[in-house]
Amino acid sequence: MFPTPIHQRPIINQYIYKIFLPISLIIWLIPIFGILMTSIRGLGDITAGNMWGTPSEFLLFSNLYDVFTNTPMIKYTLNSFKVTIPTMLGAVALSCMTGFALARYKFKTNLIIFFIFIAGNFVPFQILMIPVRDLTFKVGLYNTITGLVLFHVAFQTGFCTLFMRNFIKALPQELIEAARMDGASEFKIFWKIILPLTRPAIAALCVLIFTFIWNDYFWATVLIQGDHAMPITAGLKSLNGQWITAYHLLSTGSIVAAIPPVIMFFLMQKHFIAGLTLGATKG
Amino acid sequence: MELNNSKPKRITWWQKNQIKISPWIFLAPGLIFFFIYVIAPIFVSIGISFYQWDGLSPSIYVGLQNYIELLDDEYFYISLWNNLKWLIFFMLAVPIGLGLAIFLNQIVFGIRLIKSLFFFPFVISQVVIGLIFTWFYQPNYGVIAPFLDLIGLEGFSILANEDTATYGIIFAGLYPQIAYCLILYLTGLNNINSEQIEAGRMDGAKGFHLFWNIVLPQLRHATFLAIVVTVIGALRSFDMVAIMTQGGPYGYSNVLAYYMFEQALSEYGYRMGYGSAIATVLFTIMMFYILFFIYRMYRNEREDNN
Repeated sequence: MFPTPIHQRPIINQYIYKIFLPISLIIWLIPIFGILMTSIRGLGDITAGNMWGTPSEFLLFSNLYDVFTNTPMIKYTLNSFKVTIPTMLGAVALSCMTGFALARYKFKTNLIIFFIFIAGNFVPFQILMIPVRDLTFKVGLYNTITGLVLFHVAFQTGFCTLFMRNFIKALPQELIEAARMDGASEFKIFWKIILPLTRPAIAALCVLIFTFIWNDYFWATVLIQGDHAMPITAGLKSLNGQWITAYHLLSTGSIVAAIPPVIMFFLMQKHFIAGLTLGATKG
Repeated sequence: MELNNSKPKRITWWQKNQIKISPWIFLAPGLIFFFIYVIAPIFVSIGISFYQWDGLSPSIYVGLQNYIELLDDEYFYISLWNNLKWLIFFMLAVPIGLGLAIFLNQIVFGIRLIKSLFFFPFVISQVVIGLIFTWFYQPNYGVIAPFLDLIGLEGFSILANEDTATYGIIFAGLYPQIAYCLILYLTGLNNINSEQIEAGRMDGAKGFHLFWNIVLPQLRHATFLAIVVTVIGALRSFDMVAIMTQGGPYGYSNVLAYYMFEQALSEYGYRMGYGSAIATVLFTIMMFYILFFIYRMYRNEREDNN
């Protein structure tokens, strides 16, 4: 293990470590505390310039009430779910198939196709922006959730294919050979043998895609204009423009925006990390 | 018996070709989608960069005019220069993430929760992070205002100053990026071969020497991923700029990604051709890294097959 485990160190070092650990955590989380505290405050504190001191009243619930009743925040949150969940399902479904094809069949263009998926995944969004927006316009999906979802599914398929292909490739080949001997069709192999084994990979991709898409801001501004389809990130930004100094409400809104991915992360942390490190985690 | 004879005949062709055809059936939906929304648009964008187009009226072919204009565009150079600053300073996320990972790679009470809380900023939207840091930087009542007062910079606005705005945004951007690198390195440290470490210790390797010669080489995979995602994050920096300064003051915190958007889609006009030219430049820069990444993957693939 590196570094040397702390319990093998002199007792004084152990104390220093145990004191520094929470201190460093508190410093690290100052921005988060800042936003939590602000969401508790009332307008009084803000106008009095009490931005970072102790809140004089506990108004979290009234702020939440304000945010939900006076702004389209509920709509934004729902839109985010409507964009995120179908994207997650779509990209995972497509990439299970592409990943399987690239991991398990030998054909000439296999590696080239794989590399195209990887390369596409790293491309700057701006090189796609004008044609994608144009295409979305032409098929009548500009300003709709469907239009946004279709693009997200396509783009995320790149990363998901990379992940799935490597995951399926690491599965034992004998399983498939044995099934083929038994006369199972290729689709049956995919459906009955491979798919059940990819469950951890599917879980990892689901959390990752959820977080990526939930937090997407760029495409939401490029493909959506009105409140009716706007997801929460773009919604927050537009509220930011409307209430220049209503920090308490903006903070509350930010917390609402942050909760779903945070819950997802804490529930599925292991899968999340496995996904991020492209499956480098052991056991 | 007759039934048995006729059955195989009907499916022989499929049986024979099943293995050849199936991969294409599995690939088709994903590949077609990816082609329409990702691969084709790259070439379309490069094409548009040779035209003058407002998105509505017919486009006019102008050859290299957009690129020639870029060469004379002061704001293009500012953005390019800022992209370079992003590339350099964003890289700090890698060593800082590594340092934090080493600090946190211990087994003490509550460490799992503490690690999770350190990952936290990565999960939150950049829009939210951008908003928080914008408030932190507020002159007079932001969190750092008292410190600025101390050094005699009362009422100084980091994001409104042309020399500091970009650094202010990069600093905010580092917050989630460090968390990302931390995740990668903690996983890396977790996967390290402890026998080699112990052997190194036996040989008297300690502290920095042990770290540099034995630990760091084993973290190659994590370092590689951390560098790749940080470079890409630096070149993709759009959200933070859009939230914190919108490229201001006077374009001094602009980056290519945001400048392109501004030229093509914002109130400044709908210059699709010019925007595409900027995007093409950004794409070309990114392509170096993409090719480097693919080359490495290709090498690994070949090693795996041998």
